Amino acid sequence: MARTKNKIKSTTEDRVFDGVSFVVIAILIFICFYPIWYVFCASFTNPTIVAGAGGILLFPQDITLDAYKRVFANAEIWRGLLNTIFYTVVGTALNVILTAMLAYTLSRKNLLFKKPLTVFVTFTMFFNGGMIPTYLVIRDLGLLDSRVAVLLPGLVSVFNFINMRTHFESLPAELEESAKLDGANHWTIFTRVILPISGATMAVMVLFYGVTHWNSWFLEMLYLPNSRDLWPLALITREIILSSSNAAMSDGAVMTQEMADAIKYATIIVTTLPILCLYPFLQKYFAKGVTVGAVKG
Amino acid sequence: MTLPKMLHKKDQPAAALAMPQKPFRQRLANDLKSNWILYLMALPALIYFVVYCYAPMAGLYIAFSDYKITGSLFSGKFVGLKYFIDFFNSYYFGRLIRNTLVLSLETLIFGFPIPIIFALVLNEVRSRGFKKLAQTVTYMPHFISIVVICGLVVDFVSLDGLFNTIIQAFGGEPIAFLSDPAWFRPIYVASEIWQNFGWDSVVFLAALSSIDLQQFEAAKLDGASRWQTIWHISLPSILPTIVTILLMRLGHVMSIGFEKVFNLYSPATYETADIIATFVYRQGVLGANYSSAAAIGLFNSVINLIIVFIMNKVSRKLAETSLW
Repeated sequence: MARTKNKIKSTTEDRVFDGVSFVVIAILIFICFYPIWYVFCASFTNPTIVAGAGGILLFPQDITLDAYKRVFANAEIWRGLLNTIFYTVVGTALNVILTAMLAYTLSRKNLLFKKPLTVFVTFTMFFNGGMIPTYLVIRDLGLLDSRVAVLLPGLVSVFNFINMRTHFESLPAELEESAKLDGANHWTIFTRVILPISGATMAVMVLFYGVTHWNSWFLEMLYLPNSRDLWPLALITREIILSSSNAAMSDGAVMTQEMADAIKYATIIVTTLPILCLYPFLQKYFAKGVTVGAVKG
Repeated sequence: MTLPKMLHKKDQPAAALAMPQKPFRQRLANDLKSNWILYLMALPALIYFVVYCYAPMAGLYIAFSDYKITGSLFSGKFVGLKYFIDFFNSYYFGRLIRNTLVLSLETLIFGFPIPIIFALVLNEVRSRGFKKLAQTVTYMPHFISIVVICGLVVDFVSLDGLFNTIIQAFGGEPIAFLSDPAWFRPIYVASEIWQNFGWDSVVFLAALSSIDLQQFEAAKLDGASRWQTIWHISLPSILPTIVTILLMRLGHVMSIGFEKVFNLYSPATYETADIIATFVYRQGVLGANYSSAAAIGLFNSVINLIIVFIMNKVSRKLAETSLW
């Protein structure tokens, strides 16, 4: 927001406030930044130095790529990465398409079943069967140990549905009406008129769904009990990051605790860096997207 | 004054029907004829809800029956509230409810004000570059996966991690944080706050940015200090947003996130760390006590629903907005 320059001198009280707030914000920035920076440095630093550093590292020292070499040599990690890419791309595409279609339909004013269908959808936000019945349903459908079991959960998120529906409702009715006069049916209107101007909201959907897919591991752990080859990267790396044993990456050789730690750090950086590099570019959509559903325009 | 759009205001005028409606069959035929494409578009999503959300709800029958793994979901002998009563009488009942509530409320009490204060202070920052930097960096933890967050926690609280280094620098003894039940809650709450305060402040920053600038200018002309500006203009303007978000959070107080507790807890810390969801997991998935676990899970869901209903009523009275 642009503030008009004022000619009033700031008082001492204001300067103290500004000073304190600067310090506080700077501390918060540091607190948010340091843990990742530490891991980043530690992943490139000689493990022996890391072990003796007691958690304090400001720069990588005695730079070594050993940990990364081991991480990239791990075939399971590559397979996990491919799986995650598959789940994220295919999953997000399905998510966005299905959510958009649902939201568009339930944003139309003259739909006879609009109210009951909306209740049908939003009720699931407040109540569901729970972990066990859902697991048993997936199992009884024969979907355990299949990719469908990963793509199915969360196929349509009610929260995102509401955001999208709010967006569609905010579009002027003239768009639909004039298209109808030109003889377009609902599908044509949706694909040729509405979607092209919904770019910002769709981008936010892609971001929300995409990040969820990229980081998700628990349901995969639950529904893929016997198929490690289908495991996403998050699940593979979880074993590495949270394991307490030394031989997290069994390549036969015995590993020191320091090396195991170095591999943990490298794994963290490898899994986190893509998202961290991506999100600043999408930052401009956040405030807009988050408030589309929440704040009255 | 901004209000969440997905909530309905109490005093919206009811639609007036001036002319008699056509018979239902006629309207149905018209609707299907003109909107069949729309219904088709919505169908895939609706099928998803039936299969993944409503079918398991039907499967909750196992909470009231002796489910046998060999049969179908509906084949067990009906036993009514047996598993619920077993749970209420069990040793775990009090501990689980207590832990779930305490973790949730502590996260709320300590974690709710921080994004608000952060947004208010950040809003007063004049340097756009510094503000942008602060936003970019503080949003970052939100995008880190819970697994990595837990990995960071484990590393930083380990015996030779940062926190113990600091403690020893002050002459203390190293603490084995993660095997001490007394430390689980602070660690959990602190990591929750660290991860989310930046992202959670977005809503408040957005609300603050929609305040009429003239109010600020007028205050400045009247000689208001920053603190007074915050207290008298910024804070009251975002009060509806604050109340709404607070009520939404309270509505979820019994449905605390499972993943972080699951990653950080251990049998040594069950006393303070074991929550309803993790217990259900151990009982149902690991222990195959499906009926019992489903009953406990259902109990949790029902409590959540009741709390949301209550919060909705409270919200309607207090803020004149509600979820429905």
